[in-house]
Amino acid sequence: MDTIVALGHPLPRVSGEVRAAPIPALQIPELDQCVHCGLCLTQCPTYRVTHLETESPRGRIHLVRAAADGRIAPSARFAEHLYLCLMCRACETACPSGVKYGRIAEAAREVLGPPGSRLGRALASLAFTQLFPRLGRMRALIILLRLYQRSGLRALTRLLPRRVREMEALLPPVPDRFFVPEAEVLPAFGTRRARVAFLSGCVTPLLFGEINEATVRVLRRNGCDVVIPAGQGCCAALNLHNGEMTAATAMARRNIDAFLSAGVDAVIVNAAGCGATMKEYGHLLRDDPAYAEKAQAFSALVRDASEFLVELGLTGRLGRLEMTVTYQDPCHLAHGQRVRAQPRALLAAVPGLTLVEMDAADRCCGSAGIYNLTQPEMSQTLLEEKMGAIGRTQAGAVVAPNPGCMLQLRAGAQRRGDGLVVYHLMDLLDRAYQAGEAPS
Amino acid sequence: MELTPGARRAENGERPVAPPGDRAALIRALREIVGSTHVLTALEDVIVYEQDGSILQSVPEIVVLPGSVEEVRAVVRAARAAGVPVVPRGSGTGLAGGAVAAGGGVVVALTRLNRVREVDLRSRTAVVEPGVINLEITKATAPHGYFYAPDPSSQAACSVGGNLANNSGGPHTLAYGVTTNHALGVEVVLHDGTRVDLGGHVPDAPGYDLCGVFVGSEGTLGIVVQGIVRLMRVRESVRTLLAVFDRMDDATRVVVEITGAGIVPAALEMMDQTTIEAVERGAPAGFPRDAEAVLLVEVEGLLEYTARALREVEGICRRSGAREVRVAQSEAERLALWKGRKGAFGALGTLAPNYYVMDGVVPRSRLPETMRKVAEIAQAFGVRIANVFHAGDGNLHPNILFDMRAPGELDRVIEAGAAILKACVEAGGSLTGEHGIGLEKTAYMQWVFTDADLDAMARVRCVFDPALGFNPGKIFPSPPACGEPRRVPPKIPAGLWV
Repeated sequence: MDTIVALGHPLPRVSGEVRAAPIPALQIPELDQCVHCGLCLTQCPTYRVTHLETESPRGRIHLVRAAADGRIAPSARFAEHLYLCLMCRACETACPSGVKYGRIAEAAREVLGPPGSRLGRALASLAFTQLFPRLGRMRALIILLRLYQRSGLRALTRLLPRRVREMEALLPPVPDRFFVPEAEVLPAFGTRRARVAFLSGCVTPLLFGEINEATVRVLRRNGCDVVIPAGQGCCAALNLHNGEMTAATAMARRNIDAFLSAGVDAVIVNAAGCGATMKEYGHLLRDDPAYAEKAQAFSALVRDASEFLVELGLTGRLGRLEMTVTYQDPCHLAHGQRVRAQPRALLAAVPGLTLVEMDAADRCCGSAGIYNLTQPEMSQTLLEEKMGAIGRTQAGAVVAPNPGCMLQLRAGAQRRGDGLVVYHLMDLLDRAYQAGEAPS
Repeated sequence: MELTPGARRAENGERPVAPPGDRAALIRALREIVGSTHVLTALEDVIVYEQDGSILQSVPEIVVLPGSVEEVRAVVRAARAAGVPVVPRGSGTGLAGGAVAAGGGVVVALTRLNRVREVDLRSRTAVVEPGVINLEITKATAPHGYFYAPDPSSQAACSVGGNLANNSGGPHTLAYGVTTNHALGVEVVLHDGTRVDLGGHVPDAPGYDLCGVFVGSEGTLGIVVQGIVRLMRVRESVRTLLAVFDRMDDATRVVVEITGAGIVPAALEMMDQTTIEAVERGAPAGFPRDAEAVLLVEVEGLLEYTARALREVEGICRRSGAREVRVAQSEAERLALWKGRKGAFGALGTLAPNYYVMDGVVPRSRLPETMRKVAEIAQAFGVRIANVFHAGDGNLHPNILFDMRAPGELDRVIEAGAAILKACVEAGGSLTGEHGIGLEKTAYMQWVFTDADLDAMARVRCVFDPALGFNPGKIFPSPPACGEPRRVPPKIPAGLWV
């Protein structure tokens, strides 16, 4: 063994020999930037719960590095550690070295493939390759879900195994109406100040149609022509977070084509995870000669709705909303896109509205894409902690500008049964505008 | 006195390791004590515990995470009965390899013991478990106007247990002293599982100051399972300024002049150009990239005092060649400056995959020449050095940047580090200001201590841990031997209790 002689008594320099095949796909430059300082530990939700180094960003980076060098195999145990990660990227906010942990974790998950049991993995692969890239199928599936929810079949879930029953309970009720824009281009109300494109999303238009409608109305009130390109699709965030790359890159290319041809000043997103992913298309397609440049140009146009509205400056008359709210930072907005001040600035612009900050507003609520399905226990633990923090503010409502967080927080609010209302920021702004229009 | 098997092996320079057959029995016993989820043995679990914040690595065989003091006692008894070394670990942010299991054995991670048990504002004390994060004490008491003074740069992540073990300091050490000045008492588990209280709630416990002995013992005497620490009252006014220098020499001279003028700032920190570059690349804090050095000076006290001290400091800086002096105008601005300073170590990853940090101390009057010497050493060894340090204390942190994978580079880096420490010692200073000796600097102990000095320390260790099973391989240049027959006074006067 190599020893450090200069230190007086022999020390193993790099302990542990190579046991498995090194994995070149994991030998990515982002790993070199981590100097093991540990400042990420206490910001990591899973470390805070487990107090285990293996469930910390530094530990996971160490594991990926060890697997890259062939010191450990990418075993089931390794996969467990990587998949207990929420991908919330709070560690990126904490890291003084600017380590892009998300990229490291995505590279590891690409090597590992989707999480869970064999059946779960097969189902996830099917969803990532056959469902998310084809929104017609998604729509058909959601219609079936609506039929199921309204039939008497729901009573039969009692017969299902507990795990399936719990997953079923997480499904939100499918609304009567989906988001269907009346035209591909919706003109600004009043003076035109910008021309923007809007990402409608995959699940949002089906389960949260009113949020899309509200977002589009707010944009139009602020003088935006809103283009909703028909050729757009799902952003592929779930694919990328769960190790599916092939369909994901095709989905990214499709969106780039659809949006770049719209000739807009910005591409507006009202879901934090989608925005963070689309801002990374430039990185995703960096080795694709035909798309590398276009992807960069596209990513540079992507804005969260709140980010864009603050840049543009709000116009129009906001009416009073007499309410006290607290604000939940969606991880992929606060950590993924560093957008924290803008949503708060918009809330502050609403007359009558009081914002009471909760403890650790930027800590994950446990939703994290499909995490609440794949890691129900950790997800619930984090949700309980979050509901406690919200409760201490005594606010009657929580604002979370991301559909995933909203689903999770609504589940938490329902369980607590104290009437806490969960709003999307755009929904609240839309209400304020409506209040401003109403004859006083 | 009969030698324990462990001590006999240690005396022969061997690792006190149990035969493999006993290992399975030990693991079973540990699982029974703390529950199987809190005993890690799979390589994919224990490998992440091979390293702390330093560059040294050694994979432990077993990692155990006790959830109570009773569990710590039982774990220590089981491991020691099996003849296996015990290595205490907190958050693993140490910078000298102190938590690296160099002798193999069981790492006892204390991260689950993380409750602030008691805050007594009237007595200005807090009782905390070892896994409590340093900053949590301040967070728990800040709403009432108090804070915990020792503030290592890693304070958002490092544990109080680790701070006690290393007698950690931080930027505000200049005004408030190091951990030992804030630790009133510790409760510790000894090698045989006994739990004892050293010190107490009051500042001066009768008898030997064994709390003082434990603080800074780097996990070689036992495991701290509770600390009683002082709380400080937040000062009426805290002001911070940034002075920008085109020449390092001017900056170091200013440090000497400020303290020479009778001003004791709460903190007096320096960052050189290479460090500024790293911070601005990683998490920008607005430090000027073209400056050769910046000083961060903080003054605390009554409003009238800080206004005057700030004026004086600013005057000294300007007279001595500062090209710009920027006073933080808001709390947000002040915190941004500190965030940049406290993230400086971590940010070095933007410049190189590894860094080797030295923790040498010199009398501050010798700072200018020592910094010149550091630059000469960097040149002589062909290494790049980033300096970020507690200038007011003369506590240097030259960080040697390198890539561990490049053949021969580590040796060169270690030699350069040794040369820097040697220069510090020759300037009348010391090997470490706050990081501890750990695994890293054991060989240099003889530069500052005579054999008799070291022997006195070794005897203290032997009193607490005759089998040398706690954190072996740390502090001492060679394993002390505890078995030498003691010179017993020939006659003990009758009636004297021994």
